[in-house]
Amino acid sequence: MTQEDLTITDPKMKAHGVNVFYGEKQAINDVSIDVGTDLVTAFIGPSGCGKSTFLRSLNRMNDTVASAKVTGRIELDGEDIYAPSMDVVQLRARVGMVFQKPNPFPKSIYDNVGYGPRIHGLAPNKADLDIIVERALVRAGLWDEVKDRLNESGTALSGGQQQRLCIARAIAVDPEVILMDEPCSALDPIATAKIEELIHELRGKYAIVIVTHNMQQAARVSQRTAFFHLGTLVEYGKTTDIFTNPKQERTKDYITGRYG
Amino acid sequence: MALTNDHTVKAFDEDLNRLRGLISEMGGRAEQALLQAMTALSKGDLDLAAQVVRDDKKIDALEAEVEQLAVQTIALRAPMADDLREMIAALKIVSVVERIGDYGKNIAKRVALMDQTRSIEAIPLLMSMSNIVVELIHDALDSFAARDAELAIRVTVRDKNVDDFYNSIFRTLVTFMMENPKYISESAHLLFVAKNLERMGDHATNIAEMVYYVVTGERMEERERGEQPEDGAAEQEQG
Repeated sequence: MTQEDLTITDPKMKAHGVNVFYGEKQAINDVSIDVGTDLVTAFIGPSGCGKSTFLRSLNRMNDTVASAKVTGRIELDGEDIYAPSMDVVQLRARVGMVFQKPNPFPKSIYDNVGYGPRIHGLAPNKADLDIIVERALVRAGLWDEVKDRLNESGTALSGGQQQRLCIARAIAVDPEVILMDEPCSALDPIATAKIEELIHELRGKYAIVIVTHNMQQAARVSQRTAFFHLGTLVEYGKTTDIFTNPKQERTKDYITGRYG
Repeated sequence: MALTNDHTVKAFDEDLNRLRGLISEMGGRAEQALLQAMTALSKGDLDLAAQVVRDDKKIDALEAEVEQLAVQTIALRAPMADDLREMIAALKIVSVVERIGDYGKNIAKRVALMDQTRSIEAIPLLMSMSNIVVELIHDALDSFAARDAELAIRVTVRDKNVDDFYNSIFRTLVTFMMENPKYISESAHLLFVAKNLERMGDHATNIAEMVYYVVTGERMEERERGEQPEDGAAEQEQG
């Protein structure tokens, strides 16, 4: 892979020589990548290329899969996240995640956002929690739409609102990194545009990594793009370079629609 | 990467191939316009000159057609990487080819204004110069059709010959005018013809530079430019 012109001076996360296995099958093969603190990083590639698997290894979501095994080193602020001393619950608060299908808890809008801060002890009393909930909903661009019905169920919201609620939920525990696994694939174009605008606004406050099948979306929201194919990282570079002048033939074939 | 018929969406290949076909046709017509204009000039053929002027409308129509197709393809297919570079280059190339056609038309229009030109010694030089320019235009468009960055580079290098010819013709005509003051009007027209040819060579170079960008994704490095033409045009442009 090419790594020229790719200066990430202040990496939030560093992966080095990462392999992921599901039982005998190797899903990720020797991937090394730095995720910039103030950047949106997009992972693209065809289905089954390993981009989601790799994303999920960044906050140890693969731990929940019994057969999964991760080797290599992944650091958050220089700290090995697979070290025995690492508190996984704490890690997932620092590295939050938003999934493909919005998955609000079957609770009120308020509780969806307030639950995390409460169990992590971020809010000593109700007044503090109110502030945290409001701030998270404001940041997620949802406050104006829900402020008068915070006690209604989160599942009663539209799909796009639910996804922003999930982003608010991730933000509420004050994470450092937000991982998004195809956050817009279940949304209509308007809801998608709102999420993209939100990603744009959140840039700089959190390191953001987004997996997307929609290459136009990767081009629109990210500053760095990584192209995965068959479990390897084929090319990682500035998004503008990847989409105007990719160095690798496989990247070009994929983004120009010649793949397969 | 001569032809793209390997996109998953076949209709995209059809659009690209049609775009390339239109640009080739347009380039062929611009070449033809220059050849006919120079023939008309050397033979004093007013009918042929009038035909060049009429045919220029077809070049203009092709430009509009390419522009429309390129915009439509960008909107509907969202091309990426080399496909995107090709769309952008196509838009720029057709406007350059259209300019080349205009210069050919401009030469043709001068034929009617010159009766005694055939005795001016600069004309054979102009014919030789135009042959080089026709070749450059031809090769520049070939390099686009074949995605040939090497050929594109050679076009830009050979443009120096056109500039040399221009300087030589300029001197020849100035000398001729001093010796034959009654031919000053005709000679002035021929100076414009030489200038038009020199500009056409530069446009062929522009096309070649865009082809290089399409193929490699990089801008062609600033090539060694020959000395500037001697008529002071460069200073005028600055001042």
